[in-house]
Amino acid sequence: MKKLLLGNAAVAQGAYEAGVHFVSSYPGTPSTEITECMANYPADDVFVEWAPNEKVAAEAAVGAAIAGGRAMSCCKHVGLNVMADAIFTDSYIGVTGGAVFCVADDPGMHSSQNEQDSRHYARAAKIPMLEPSDSSDCLNFTKLAFELSEQFDTPVFVRLSTRVSHSQSLVEVGERQAVAVKPYEKNIPKHVMMTAMAKGRHVIVEERTRRLADYAATSPLNVREDNGAKIGVITAGIAYEYAKEALGDKVNYLKLGMVWPLSATLLRDFAASCDKVYVIEELDPFIENECRALGLAVEGKEHFTLLGEYTPAMIRKAVLGEDEPCCIRPEETIPNRPPVLCPGCPHRGTFYVLKKLGLTVSGDIGCYTLGAVAPLASVDTTICMGASISAAHGMAKVQGAEFNKKLVSVIGDSTFMHSGITGLSDIVYNKGANTVIILDNSITGMTGHQENPTTGKTIRGEATRQVDLVKLCGALGIEHVTVCDPFDLKAFEAVVREETARDDVSVIIAQRPCALLKSVKYEGHCEITDACRKCKLCMKLGCPAISVDESGAVHIDATQCNGCGLCIGVCPFGAIRKAD
Amino acid sequence: MNNTRNIMIVGVGGQGTLLASRILGGAVIRMGYDVKVSEVHGMSQRGGSVVTYVKYGEKVHSPIIGDGEADIVLAFELLEAYRALPALKADGRLIVNDQRINPMPVITGAAAYPENSLDKLSAKVNTTAVDALALATEAGSIKAVNVVLIGVMAKSTDIPYDTWLETIRETVPPKFLEVNLKAFELGYNHA
Repeated sequence: MKKLLLGNAAVAQGAYEAGVHFVSSYPGTPSTEITECMANYPADDVFVEWAPNEKVAAEAAVGAAIAGGRAMSCCKHVGLNVMADAIFTDSYIGVTGGAVFCVADDPGMHSSQNEQDSRHYARAAKIPMLEPSDSSDCLNFTKLAFELSEQFDTPVFVRLSTRVSHSQSLVEVGERQAVAVKPYEKNIPKHVMMTAMAKGRHVIVEERTRRLADYAATSPLNVREDNGAKIGVITAGIAYEYAKEALGDKVNYLKLGMVWPLSATLLRDFAASCDKVYVIEELDPFIENECRALGLAVEGKEHFTLLGEYTPAMIRKAVLGEDEPCCIRPEETIPNRPPVLCPGCPHRGTFYVLKKLGLTVSGDIGCYTLGAVAPLASVDTTICMGASISAAHGMAKVQGAEFNKKLVSVIGDSTFMHSGITGLSDIVYNKGANTVIILDNSITGMTGHQENPTTGKTIRGEATRQVDLVKLCGALGIEHVTVCDPFDLKAFEAVVREETARDDVSVIIAQRPCALLKSVKYEGHCEITDACRKCKLCMKLGCPAISVDESGAVHIDATQCNGCGLCIGVCPFGAIRKAD
Repeated sequence: MNNTRNIMIVGVGGQGTLLASRILGGAVIRMGYDVKVSEVHGMSQRGGSVVTYVKYGEKVHSPIIGDGEADIVLAFELLEAYRALPALKADGRLIVNDQRINPMPVITGAAAYPENSLDKLSAKVNTTAVDALALATEAGSIKAVNVVLIGVMAKSTDIPYDTWLETIRETVPPKFLEVNLKAFELGYNHA
């Protein structure tokens, strides 16, 4: 049956059809829906979970595969950095049941802090990598990835990009293949990676890569399309679709469905069949450099950028010299519309207070990164998951105690569970006196509401044990842990003042659920009364519902306002009230 | 060159553009076309500009729509319509919800919202403006703005009325079905 599926949903369907038994992931745009979709399949067929972070997820999948099950773990490109420790050694261990790691890159950084190219991991970890171009490929490649994993005794990467993950296209959906979990067998030389065993395994890994390159020469994953043209294009993933639309049958194609390892024979043969060969790939010259290392005179990054996403028009211009179609331009500058904290967002209260107190804010990854945007402009740094706490530790140690009294870390509940706990133990152990604010909004917000170890629910919505953040901080040795509602601005400000002044490490848990959760019900909307003196203090909240017109009068847009009432507490003249 | 039909849906995160693109995609496959729908998730959804591409025809390769390639731009907000203008073909059609949502740079005074944008747009391209909020309210829910706009656009496509209704029945949760069918009808008749 043909279905219109998101690339991510097609990966899930492919894994399901391949008989996957175990899926563990941490959410990250653009990979999140793979695991969400997996949870829509029967629990009797496949165990699916959100893990606290990508490393835990990958290790769990490695364990499941050693124990004979087919296992998968999915992440975004930066999540692969967190997974990497497990993956590099899993390459040596290999698998019993097939193991597939899906990684979704984000060229153009629609929702990411960097634009890294995950293909380098395939080469570095000596793990084969498949790269689908559309949803149909997503399904078929993922299925095949499990077969290859068992055939070659290796974990297999499936690399996606935003446009593949988040585009829907037609796929042929099939039945699940019943695959039994293989019996567990103790095998110390293969499963215990200590020096003597790892030396032996490394030999096998190198031999495996040679066999995989041989496989790549004839694999159906790599498709040659001969249009009798003089120009050849070597491409992969979404760039193939762009090239195909731009160039049609004016060129010959080598579409690489397997981007690592590459077959020298295949590349040489293709190049020899054309007068001129372009390598078209988003981000880094990964395939191009391999071609050049083989001595092939290909062209690539001298025509194409290292930055962002490609388009068919860009390719048409570079290869055929055709200009972009003319288009109608606006006569004036169009203001940008950057993302903002939602109306009713609990973080707004937190950042309003932090800004008011003039604190340095060591930030983290989540919706609350938007605390860096004007007018709140409160966040000073954002690096990676968990870095708000550890980076603040470093800041405090070099800048000293007085600086530290004007410094806080902000980190979400899910991010704290991901990799904030270790940073906090560093502060406790090494005699830091930082103040850490855990923004507990009862959910993993940014990626679209996933459960985590603090929410009390599993990915399938079942009730489960809940990590108690207060007790956890206490167990780490923190003596000052305060829970406070960031919408109670006066109380929250007092707590922040008290805890930052303290010569000891402290944690403030700013607790208020995400305004988009179904359980959160704010009533009606707010309005400005005649008592307004146009002081514009409410504008400092950066609420998208509040604006000032040309006359300086303040308005609240009823279609935007969700009635959270934070602005009522900010107004010194009592000029904001709930509308009847 | 491709001869696909290219529709771009633009709006502000939270306006329900994703549901609109899913209804459109669903209707298109009922017609037996090849189709690709490209969405944006994540950070961009937090009140930022959102763009969805829907392309259909005999065979669709690239899921994205470049400058000068869109047959229809369905805009949920005026400024976003303006931003999407370069995507339209010279003879393309703009359907725009007559609603203004100020972006943060306008709210903070760092930038100005273009004045009389509807008049300027109408002067440049074939434009249909609709007060989708009023029609959605009439249908019974301000959240049905997206389906009102799909209704307005539906008339500009070769997809029959009943195919749209079937798709909406299958896409929308049962308890919101009545409101959404009404919203679609109001939009369709407006066009």
